[in-house]
Amino acid sequence: MLSPTFLSQLRKLLPDHCVLYAREDLVPFESDGLSAYRNTPDVVVLPENEAQVAAVLRLCHANRVAVVARGAGTGLAAGALPVDGAVLLVLAKLNRIKAIDPLARTAVVEPGVRNLAISEAVAQHGLYYAPDPSSQIACSIGGNVAENSGGVHCLKYGLTVHNIQKLRAWTIDGQLLEIGSDALDAPGYDLLALMTGSEGMLAVITEVTVKLLPRPERAQVVLAAFDDVAQAGAAVGNIIAAGVIPAGLEMMDRLAIEAAEAFVHAGYPMTEALLLCEVDGVNEEVSDDILTVHDVLAASGATEIRTAESEEQRLKFWAGRKAAFPAVGRLAPDYYCMDGTIPRAQLPHVLKRIGEMSAEYGLAVANVFHAGDGNLHPLILFDANRPGELAKAETFGGKILELCVEAGGTITGEHGVGLEKIRQMCAQFAPPELARFHDVKAAFDPDTLLNPGKAVPELHRCAEWGAMHVHGGQLAHPELPRF
Amino acid sequence: MLTEFADRIRSAHAANTPLVIQGGGSKDFYGNAHEGEVLNTRALTGVVDYQPKELVLTAQAGTPLAEIEALLAEHEQMLAFEPPHFGGPATLGGSIAAGLSGPRRPYAGAARDFVLGVRIIDGTGQPLRFGGQVIKNVAGYDVSRLMVGALGTLGLITEVSLKVLPQPARETTLQFELDEAAAIEKMNQWAGQPLPLSASSWHAGLLSIRLSGAASAVHAAQARLGGEPLHDASAFWQRLRDQTTPFFDKRPLHPEGYKWRLAVKPTTPPLKLGDALWIEWGGAVRWLASDLPAATLRETAKTAGGHATLFRGTAPADGVFTPLVPALLALHRNLKQRFDPRGILNRGRLYPDF
Repeated sequence: MLSPTFLSQLRKLLPDHCVLYAREDLVPFESDGLSAYRNTPDVVVLPENEAQVAAVLRLCHANRVAVVARGAGTGLAAGALPVDGAVLLVLAKLNRIKAIDPLARTAVVEPGVRNLAISEAVAQHGLYYAPDPSSQIACSIGGNVAENSGGVHCLKYGLTVHNIQKLRAWTIDGQLLEIGSDALDAPGYDLLALMTGSEGMLAVITEVTVKLLPRPERAQVVLAAFDDVAQAGAAVGNIIAAGVIPAGLEMMDRLAIEAAEAFVHAGYPMTEALLLCEVDGVNEEVSDDILTVHDVLAASGATEIRTAESEEQRLKFWAGRKAAFPAVGRLAPDYYCMDGTIPRAQLPHVLKRIGEMSAEYGLAVANVFHAGDGNLHPLILFDANRPGELAKAETFGGKILELCVEAGGTITGEHGVGLEKIRQMCAQFAPPELARFHDVKAAFDPDTLLNPGKAVPELHRCAEWGAMHVHGGQLAHPELPRF
Repeated sequence: MLTEFADRIRSAHAANTPLVIQGGGSKDFYGNAHEGEVLNTRALTGVVDYQPKELVLTAQAGTPLAEIEALLAEHEQMLAFEPPHFGGPATLGGSIAAGLSGPRRPYAGAARDFVLGVRIIDGTGQPLRFGGQVIKNVAGYDVSRLMVGALGTLGLITEVSLKVLPQPARETTLQFELDEAAAIEKMNQWAGQPLPLSASSWHAGLLSIRLSGAASAVHAAQARLGGEPLHDASAFWQRLRDQTTPFFDKRPLHPEGYKWRLAVKPTTPPLKLGDALWIEWGGAVRWLASDLPAATLRETAKTAGGHATLFRGTAPADGVFTPLVPALLALHRNLKQRFDPRGILNRGRLYPDF
């Protein structure tokens, strides 16, 4: 609980409408996009400018009160879950686009600006902001930086870390950090990379300079059906080996295809695996690449190949994939979305194991896969109203993530660790690395006041959880049987 | 082998002996003066894993860049950040530690953009592994990229995993006679259009633009842009990358020979700091041969949104890199303290006080 003295000091820093403390006002902030985790915040502040952000941080620091920063609240890992006795600092009202420089191809925006709003604002200049997380209509750029958000186009255009060049951020003691520059690099350590994906643990971002790219002249998509997921996985490698870097390369398995088809009627063939391969760029290059992709898919054993002949058809091909999550959501009362990444060659093995575990746990799984960059989104179907089923889904999900680590991959490709995957951090990293993560945090926030308890587990908790570290694809004790 | 390196660093930590990390020595000129026992990484050599279909290569730090590039070329792939060799036996570890990138950087990305994971030994002798071999990975802080450009001050890099890319099917370089202001404007205008640009340079009234991609795309862009095709273009870009043209005289004997790297906002108009000038990276880097005071050049770069580095020449008292503001300097010291508490690794090479 926060003391009445602290709360009254807090209320002096901001206009009345920017501090929420009545129970009914707090409830909307009790979770982020992962609603299985809920905790009503003690107080919510919604500053309207940078000075107010700095003032709130200084007050919290002086009183040793923790701060959880939150953007649009679309995160999927409980990273913005309120912490008891902390201030929930919501940056949604800092939502101005401060400057657009079409010639230098940059935009300076506040953290609450929505991802898609940036591309919309610069479209008149033939430019766009490349990272496109599926929540781009709602998620904000501050949250994108905090999570190093990806999207469908990462393989070719990179993640958030590749598409920003400068930040204004505030440490918990209210010091301004200007990180990066208007040039292509900055002196000293790459703090821009360190801040990106730091999940609100190091500093609070109040301004982001993003890089803008010229909108590709043309985009075209090919759809291919396969009788076997392993064959589809191999086709992905073959496309890349042929020298094509697709703008988007997505795979869906049978359950995901069926769900999408029933939901949006995209006209997908009913098959074991579906690949969507989009190429973009200069007109002539797209024509060449589409032919290459078509040939490779045919040689890789596709049973059916369709090329979108119009923009309308392209959007229709994508409609099923883009609606995959809500479509799967119709199959069961609840679903739990995982976010592991694996080396693509491991795909058949990993999907087979997920299938086996699905049978063991008695929970169905639909697989949606950013196949180009190995980012797997298994969707575990369950019913939270059945006692114990949520816990079972979570245990199953944790096992999938550990499987990804065993396969040489990672527990999170784009959603972040937050609170959700904190146990699996023990599987991915050994104690010395986890300790060093705590050291990095301490370099910025020695009193552990920013988003405490998230992203990096305390070392002793790993032992309590019985989590076993898997190093570089090697289990710590390969001689021991595992069930 | 790794154990020997870890033991060596552990002993140096115990004895408080400064170590100078060296690979091929091609970048010995870069950074501030540094002293200590040489710890050479060339024994840590070899490609550990390379899966062309995964677009990922992992190699030990002492592996020569030339060896890696030859292997990639066999599979028609490349290091897209075009790391400079500086005419010497540059290693992978040195390239990542220095964090320098070549002409393709503004269009394809920098060294840091392609690093997926590293293994390091920190300043206490502790081996650590961060990141991995997959393209998307947001578990834990991005310590891998923190190592890029840290000049070995946070740890000895022992292994690096990189994203690699297919080589373009065709490359053509076009040249245009243009004055400095017009060239800067053109570079920025074209970068905002869907053109297959992969490098740009302006020097002595000549703008050079490299186009890379499918043959059809390169031809179409060439037809649209005009200009004169440059023969032997790969040698031109390699000389610029490695700074082996006479402009980048390696051993400046007098102050006029000092080479400054001004990193600025790419649209910055001509800086009017003298004629000994070479522009690359779409206008974002201005190389100057100048004897102007460091303070003048740094102020100019700062006004232009960037920073100035004395790339070749004798360092001013506050070092070759632009000094950090107090809040950032404090963070640098904190990080250094956590990774190398006794400051034994490349002491002073990045900044004189750590």
